[in-house]
Amino acid sequence: MSMRASAAVRNRYKDDSRSEQEPLDVSVVPAEVVPGAARADGSRSVQTEAGARAVADLGPRARLWPALGAVYRAQLSRARVARIPLLFVATFQSVGIMVLMRGVVDGGGEARAVVAGSSVLVVAFVALNLLAQYFGQLRASGGLDHYATLPVPPAAVVLGAAAAYASFTVPGTLVTAVVGSVLFQLPLTHLWILVAVIPLAGAALAGLGAALGLLAPRPELATLLGQLGMSAALLLGVLPPDRLPTVVQWARDLLPSTYGVEALGLTFGPDPDWGVVLLDLAVCAGVGVASLAVATWAYRRAAVR
Amino acid sequence: MRGMRRSGCLPASERVGGAGLASTRAQVGRDGQGGDVVCAVRDLTKTYPAVRGRRNAPGTPEVRATDGVRIDIRRGEIFGLLGPNGAGKTTLVRQLTGLMRPDRGSVEILGHDIVRHPERAARILAYLGQESTALDELTVSLAAETTGRLRGLDARTARAERDAVLEELGLTALAARPLKKLSGGQRRLACFATALVGERPFLVLDEPTTGMDPVARRAVWGAVDRRRAEHATTVLLVTHNVIEAETVLDRVAVLDRGRVIACDTPAGLKEQVAGEVRLELVWRERAPLDVPEVAALRDRAVESGRRWSLRLSPEEARAAVAAVTGGAAFAALDDFTLATPSLEDVYLALGGSAGSVRGLVKA
Ligand SMILES: Nc1ncnc2c1ncn2[C@@H]1O[C@H](COP(=O)(O)OP(=O)(O)OP(=O)(O)O)[C@@H](O)[C@H]1O
Ligand SMILES: [Mg+2]
Repeated sequence: MSMRASAAVRNRYKDDSRSEQEPLDVSVVPAEVVPGAARADGSRSVQTEAGARAVADLGPRARLWPALGAVYRAQLSRARVARIPLLFVATFQSVGIMVLMRGVVDGGGEARAVVAGSSVLVVAFVALNLLAQYFGQLRASGGLDHYATLPVPPAAVVLGAAAAYASFTVPGTLVTAVVGSVLFQLPLTHLWILVAVIPLAGAALAGLGAALGLLAPRPELATLLGQLGMSAALLLGVLPPDRLPTVVQWARDLLPSTYGVEALGLTFGPDPDWGVVLLDLAVCAGVGVASLAVATWAYRRAAVR
Repeated sequence: MRGMRRSGCLPASERVGGAGLASTRAQVGRDGQGGDVVCAVRDLTKTYPAVRGRRNAPGTPEVRATDGVRIDIRRGEIFGLLGPNGAGKTTLVRQLTGLMRPDRGSVEILGHDIVRHPERAARILAYLGQESTALDELTVSLAAETTGRLRGLDARTARAERDAVLEELGLTALAARPLKKLSGGQRRLACFATALVGERPFLVLDEPTTGMDPVARRAVWGAVDRRRAEHATTVLLVTHNVIEAETVLDRVAVLDRGRVIACDTPAGLKEQVAGEVRLELVWRERAPLDVPEVAALRDRAVESGRRWSLRLSPEEARAAVAAVTGGAAFAALDDFTLATPSLEDVYLALGGSAGSVRGLVKA
């Protein structure tokens, strides 16, 4: 019979057993050389229950704009990696809708509305739908802890993410607008207005998306709300308003993307009324500020539970 | 059941610890700065509310995740929180980092009241949480740099510190890879790197070495130790790895169901069970309970599958070894070990629920 049983009598107090378990050379810091970091840089001393205790100076706070830039850059890079296929989906969806609508609308005002609506729909897809999903999942998985334990202004996190998602929509929106203009023989002359429409509609929709994602009690609900928001943007933005029932027209007026759609649609016309365009954009900007403010508040609320 | 009623962990002034390395280091803060407490926690209590069941899904009762916790962490110390899954370690550190509001109690870090000003925590400490979702889709390099920027560094410093930390941890070769595409241990190390960019006097690390190989673990402890030697950085470490606790910690608080059931240096804790030895028996298939000596041992064994773990006095252990290595029991025996007690035994002796001891891994 072979000796299967082996006895290993170990002594864990033995010094060498330590290095055997975890090869590690931890230095012994003599008390004298430990720099009194907090005191050296001019911190105060307070009387507390436990006697005199140093009050350390706080580390620096990240300032709004640099932090916003850092978040923007990081978000754009992760969006680039993970979201390019989704951008294609968004663009194809909008182009597909325009192709379908070609048989339905009879040129003129309706064609302008369809092209403008489809273009802004790309923004809604990414900024509203995807951002709601992102923040919903980040919150549910504890990912917000990372930002919440960094001295970064809440607005920087929300605005940086919103700006990244909004700028991510630029290529898709541009392609949709150009393809649509060609498809419906609309002038390309004033497409430069997209420079204003994308950021303003983007701000409004991204703020809404971020707020939905951060406020939804569960991530599935955030996804659902984002998709509902996008469906609303699709139905209310793309279908020509004159054919909609009055109640639905009111709903249309409440949707932040509507004003971007209107502004863009007007510029396809023969002689755009720039005053109205500006007014629409101003409303868009106002809604954008409001929705980003709500999103920032929602972030603050979600970060500390 | 000696430590059962103790729920606090304050600097022991009179206790003479074992001659181990850890207890020498533990005196750094005490002697050097006159009991320089970096983090003082008093009566910290948090209860997760009960969730009422929906249709089909049963509700959950309320959970008191931390219960009157009292600890003092001194400057330059590596202080550990040890406990099985669900003991309340994460809940405790989330309250220290300002992420969660306690129901009751106070947290003071470097003189700042964190319960009243949770936003200050971010400017005093760096936190490595158990989750990495915020960074998953970034490259290692961008994750570290962005975190540095958000910790208030300017662009140039953030880049320089990023490079230095990645180099220090041996991550330079992985710098361009997204965290998502790394192995579990590599990802954990990358997250640890982000915690080091933008120096902080207090590091709160929730299971930093989970899934790491010995090389990566050594990189982590090396980096921690350098910061401690150079800047007297204080570390709060959450772990349920007993070996890690024994080797790297200066002091450890043992948490069980939200309460601190003991707190001392690892060597000091082990003294509580110094008169005992631990006998581990591994049976080939099952224990031969028909052998009377074996049947008698069963009552005192913590069983996990084929493995029995017993705490015995040296005489009892000798008798038990004789019994299982001679006669009928030997045929059923696969392996046995006799060892001086570890923190695991301390945990048992302190009255930690026997079932949850299995949550303490030895690796
Ligand atoms: N969000 C929550 N809602 C309700 N109960 C919770 C929540 N988070 C944790 N708990 C409960 O609180 C207790 C402590 O959990 P905690 O996460 O602090 O444990 P832990 O010691 O960190 O465990 P682990 O070693 O697994 O990380 C557990 O019983 C857990 O089920
Ligand atoms: Mg935990």
